[in-house]
Amino acid sequence: MFDLLTDVLVKNGLLTAFAVVGATIWVSYWLSRILTNGRLHGSAIAIMIGLALAYAGGVSTGGHKGLADIKLLSGIGFMGGAMLRDFAIVSTAFGVSFGEIRKAGLSGVVSLFTGVLLSFVVGAAVALAFGYSDAVSMTTIGAGAVTYIVGPVTGAALGANSDVMALSIAAGLVKSVLVMIGTPFMAPYIGLDNPRSAMVFGGLMGTTSGVAGGLAATDPKLVPYGAMTATFYTGLGCLMGPSVLFIATRALMGG
Amino acid sequence: MVVYGVALLSACMLAGLVAGDLLGILIGVKANVGGVGIAMLLLILFSDHLKRTLRMNALAEQGILFWSAMYIPIVVAMAAQQDVVAAVKGGPAALLAGVLAVVLSFALVPVIARIGQPADARRDASQSDGAGALSLKSGE
Repeated sequence: MFDLLTDVLVKNGLLTAFAVVGATIWVSYWLSRILTNGRLHGSAIAIMIGLALAYAGGVSTGGHKGLADIKLLSGIGFMGGAMLRDFAIVSTAFGVSFGEIRKAGLSGVVSLFTGVLLSFVVGAAVALAFGYSDAVSMTTIGAGAVTYIVGPVTGAALGANSDVMALSIAAGLVKSVLVMIGTPFMAPYIGLDNPRSAMVFGGLMGTTSGVAGGLAATDPKLVPYGAMTATFYTGLGCLMGPSVLFIATRALMGG
Repeated sequence: MVVYGVALLSACMLAGLVAGDLLGILIGVKANVGGVGIAMLLLILFSDHLKRTLRMNALAEQGILFWSAMYIPIVVAMAAQQDVVAAVKGGPAALLAGVLAVVLSFALVPVIARIGQPADARRDASQSDGAGALSLKSGE
């Protein structure tokens, strides 16, 4: 009987994922109402539960895909994978005002360059403080602080060591997780309540998963604006990391 | 037909991804440059045009709005498959780099949001921005 049940759940992985995620969200909204009187948004709690489950899944299976490594829940991997995630992100653009995007265009572009540069400098400085003083390692870890995709892309282009690569990916993951959790708490203090600041926010943070999760938990209406700029961030980072940022770091550090 | 909306959404996303890949090759980067962003712009332009020429009905809109409403559940599924263990295991260097990058970026949001906007019009503008978005998007 148990085998039959798991067999059905595994074979229909995506449907299992829908049911599990639906139940998680139901519990989250209930917790939001009971514990925080609705002040902490249900979706914020759902994302935190998701991350906690990902940690539990990672510990129990030793894999890298959180809950999706558990065979019974592999459908989570498909449901939250890049294809459906980007599909849902694009769909949020429906009904967005083009005028808003044009009005915030300049600050959006400024935020992209500032965001990549700022995260890179911070990451490289931390790397230096921890004794990684060669230009390749500093650039790779700095690029990891940009996003966890820019890190390994840059590291691979520069031929960085695998421990440095791992560190660089970890820095990017910390950033993405922190943006997901922290955004709803920080939003009132940084004026994150309108399309313009959401676009700037997306450009500064850049981590698509972080911005997508963080804005969803803050105000779903802001998601398309933040996601729009954030999707240019990783590309810009991959462009700048192994080129100008590496050259600048090498010039500064010598070697 | 509901499927028209889903098809429009899919076509926009595929076109955006192709454009993003081409842009990546053009500037010599091993990544998709802004594919999703381009797809969003395409969807905004096409759906606006189709609605104005009355070739898009409420049913077709449902095909897009459904996915828009599935966005949060999908993000929860995405969160559930992050490599949180690796993020925690990265040690103090990774933690510090990630935390500092986020904190400083947060601090810059209000500063950069001011660019290209006259100082005295800021409050009014952001208020009307909010109202505009509210009336435009009712999903979730």
